[in-house]
Amino acid sequence: MVYDTVIVGAGVTGAATAWQLGRYNIKCAVLDKAADCGFGVSKANSGIIHGGFHHSVTSLKAKLEVEGNLMIDSMQHALHFPYVRTGILVAAFSEEEMQTVEKLYHRGLGNGLKGLELCSKERTLELEPKLQDNVVGSFYAPNGGTIEPYRYVFALMENAQLNGVEFKRNTKVVSGRFADGIWHLECEDGSVVKSRYVVNAAGLFADELSKACGAEEFTIRPRKGEEYLLDRTSDARPSKVIFPVPTKTSKGVLVIPTPGGTTMIGPTADMVDDKEDAATTGEHFDKILAMTQNMVKGVSRRDVITAFAGLRPAIEGDDFYIAPSEKVPNFIQAAGIQSPGLTASPAIGVYIKDLLKKCGLELVEKSDIIYENPGHPEVRNLSDEQVQALCEKDESYSRIVCRCEQITEAEIIDAVRCGHTTVDGVKFHTRAGMGRCQGGFCSAKILEIISRESGIPMQELTKRGANSRIMAGKLGTLEVKL
Amino acid sequence: MKNISCDVLVVGAGAAGLCAGSVTSKHGLDTIIIDREDQPGGILKQCIHNGFGLRYFKEELTGPEYACRVAKLAADAGAKIMTGTTAVEAKKNADGSFTFKVFSQKEKVCYISSKAVLFTTGCRERTRGNIITPGTRPAGVFTAGAAQKLLNISGYLPGKCAVIVGSGDIGLIMARRLKWCGIDVKAVVEIMRHPSGLTRNIVQCLDDFGIPLYLGHSVTNIYGKERVEAVDITPLADGKPDFSKTFKVDCDTLLFSVGLVPEVELAKQLEVKINPATGGAFVDDDYETTTPMVFASGNGLHVHDLVDFVSEESERAAGSICRRLSGAKNSDKVPVTVEKTLKYVVPTQATRGEKQSFYFRPLIVANKATLEARADGKIIKKRLIPFVRPAEMLEFELEIPAECKEMEFALTGGELL
Amino acid sequence: MKKELICISCPQGCRLTAEYAADPAQAEVSGNRCPRGKTYAITELTDPRRVVTAVVPTTDSARPVLPVRTSEPFPKGKIAELLNELYKIKVTPPISLGEVIQKNALDTGIDIISAENRN
Repeated sequence: MVYDTVIVGAGVTGAATAWQLGRYNIKCAVLDKAADCGFGVSKANSGIIHGGFHHSVTSLKAKLEVEGNLMIDSMQHALHFPYVRTGILVAAFSEEEMQTVEKLYHRGLGNGLKGLELCSKERTLELEPKLQDNVVGSFYAPNGGTIEPYRYVFALMENAQLNGVEFKRNTKVVSGRFADGIWHLECEDGSVVKSRYVVNAAGLFADELSKACGAEEFTIRPRKGEEYLLDRTSDARPSKVIFPVPTKTSKGVLVIPTPGGTTMIGPTADMVDDKEDAATTGEHFDKILAMTQNMVKGVSRRDVITAFAGLRPAIEGDDFYIAPSEKVPNFIQAAGIQSPGLTASPAIGVYIKDLLKKCGLELVEKSDIIYENPGHPEVRNLSDEQVQALCEKDESYSRIVCRCEQITEAEIIDAVRCGHTTVDGVKFHTRAGMGRCQGGFCSAKILEIISRESGIPMQELTKRGANSRIMAGKLGTLEVKL
Repeated sequence: MKNISCDVLVVGAGAAGLCAGSVTSKHGLDTIIIDREDQPGGILKQCIHNGFGLRYFKEELTGPEYACRVAKLAADAGAKIMTGTTAVEAKKNADGSFTFKVFSQKEKVCYISSKAVLFTTGCRERTRGNIITPGTRPAGVFTAGAAQKLLNISGYLPGKCAVIVGSGDIGLIMARRLKWCGIDVKAVVEIMRHPSGLTRNIVQCLDDFGIPLYLGHSVTNIYGKERVEAVDITPLADGKPDFSKTFKVDCDTLLFSVGLVPEVELAKQLEVKINPATGGAFVDDDYETTTPMVFASGNGLHVHDLVDFVSEESERAAGSICRRLSGAKNSDKVPVTVEKTLKYVVPTQATRGEKQSFYFRPLIVANKATLEARADGKIIKKRLIPFVRPAEMLEFELEIPAECKEMEFALTGGELL
Repeated sequence: MKKELICISCPQGCRLTAEYAADPAQAEVSGNRCPRGKTYAITELTDPRRVVTAVVPTTDSARPVLPVRTSEPFPKGKIAELLNELYKIKVTPPISLGEVIQKNALDTGIDIISAENRN
């Protein structure tokens, strides 16, 4: 079996590429070393759909950001992922900051954005009363929004799979060799996946994959961002994404109204050495808290329900590195996709598809493309009549398992049937366990449902694959010694 | 969609709801008790240890035994217990009644209307996220209650070697439970300089097994990318971690038992005001919240150390509901406050000229302290308390003078935390 | 001999002092607020016992374990052996509250009883 294209990495870049390639008459597979898609860079993300004003449109990054932003709405209609076009406010708290805000405004205009508004203090507070009263002014970009990044990746992969793309989980590519017009990708388990074309969407590990395939040598340096999640009852939840005035290295610490109803504060930006170092630190919290409290009313330590950290796959230079390899044939590099990679991703998918075509991959559109994903009913968002109708067919829609987020057993079953068999996979698909009790009440029940539906024994279930087992075995398997 | 009406809707079929429901039913009120779980009994079902019921049933019971007894009380009294039923919305109607939207296995989407509501919703555990413990996010981090459920309801071992954060009763009980399941317990780490749990639990859950208790220490880092591998434990000096004295302990499991918070999210939908000191509703001596005909009791009101107190309190709350539904008016009340030696008092409004019980959570550790009741600044009653610990709730019975304008309680003597 | 103990008979946790010459069974106990304190102190010094609670596997997959307890405090030194035995048994519902699951466990004369009703 030789694939036409294999995408290494099922993060947002790989998934968006797969979503595009699914529409053509080619054999395509996505390989990921993790237990599920989006489990690397994509899952721990601020979930911002950026407005396209942080970078000048002369860069590929800004071009794809602006294009991607314009594609998100129609994609949501077809793919059903949680996304709200909340708008973005960049708030200035001094005259000096206001000057930077004006620059951003003009850059946005230059990038061709519509509906931008440079706001006075009064207009700013009218748009967002949650801002602190000492705000001086702001720049409002109505085209920005928030998205659940993991659900977005899941939706892209789901559509790709509906259109025949194969998804191989727990498949780590260790090396690649091009011979007789075919890439031989050797995997950690000893298997070899063959393909005519390869897309390197390996995120933090794109440098290692590139090197292992004899392609360009470059370095991905992880830059860590820490985020804190506030309960849905927090008074701090703004109606729009609140940005501070950006610095040279970072867009700053934001206050984000997530589509799920919680509020997120963060992220930080710190270079780290370890590509798997997603540890949080205490000291950053105090900094994030102070910075967000200075911008938005009601940010309180009491409302923190969890913390997490993510790694941005930073690369040298200011731009994305998306190009065919100049050293090896039929190998597309898609590396250094950090912010605003999520926003740009739909356009990245299209861009990589076009690059593959330019490199000689014949792409003939299928006649039976499935554009739309089946819906995944979310009981919390349905009318009584809709819920009643679902319950009549399947009573598991009446059983609320996760009380904090109001997730029913049926939704968890649905997630498992979609292939999400880890606790995190189910959590990302359904929101079960994401609320204020952080799974304290429902985790045992969720484990039972995953085990029952997937056939995986309870003691073998994991948080996110590999050795992240939740339990050590059945009661009675350890000898009691007192 | 089905509509059901009743006199009293009790939200939560733990000890509080079942005891209250048995009282209102016995009084002839049409009572519905709803609960999310398939079986009544609440969290008691997973508290398989003994130590319950000495006061309420005059014998020592395990949690499940206590749950069976109170479920039987409610059922025998004629209360309708709807299990597998989750309330998702609550609203107040123009005529003063209430309507709850519930999801029920039997009735699907269903509306329950009632003349009075009693919230006996219990509490939830604070989590790692609430106390902002730094480190990785591997498998093997549980709240003590989640691990307890996994062991005692599902029958699975949460790990092989654990460290427990917090010396509250749940943490201590879990230390013994883990040992009795063959799981090693390396340490219990308590940020305060005094244990948060009952002394007898220190003795029978830690001392019996030689488990070290690190008082005035904090877990300052979690290691392990996939499963927990170790934690850093750091002593505190003047409230700040002294990292020069940090030591690392290998373990594959970390349990958090770092406090309980009343569940009040549904009550808030009925505009019930929340007391920041308890995390539960403000109530008067009828256990009525700031929303008329909405009552609260049990751990959903304030966290008790004994289920027996939960049962007694809920019976009193139910008694008030019975009186109010028979036409008794809510009388003019005196505000009740506490000095800084006490974390809170329940109730915060009380009737003049009536004998009633007040409940306190001390903020001090003392071997001999005096609990004083002051009416308009004048001490009207005091009691010597031999052992004062934040872990142990205080109870004080008192008649408020007829002319009194405000009541205040204070603990004197002893050391302020 | 003078021994300091903390009574575990109830949540009050009385601080007990037991004084005896040679035989702890004859100890003078003080600090107790009720007669159980004295009984506890003497038992603790002569033959320490604990109420043991556990869960045992059932044949019902919907409710896979059943809470059980010793009918009275169990000799401390035999608790590990008891628990290792208990985790091996498997019970089949119906079981009623208080029903004996295992009679005369480890020849102590103490029974293991169900702490819950199961249909």
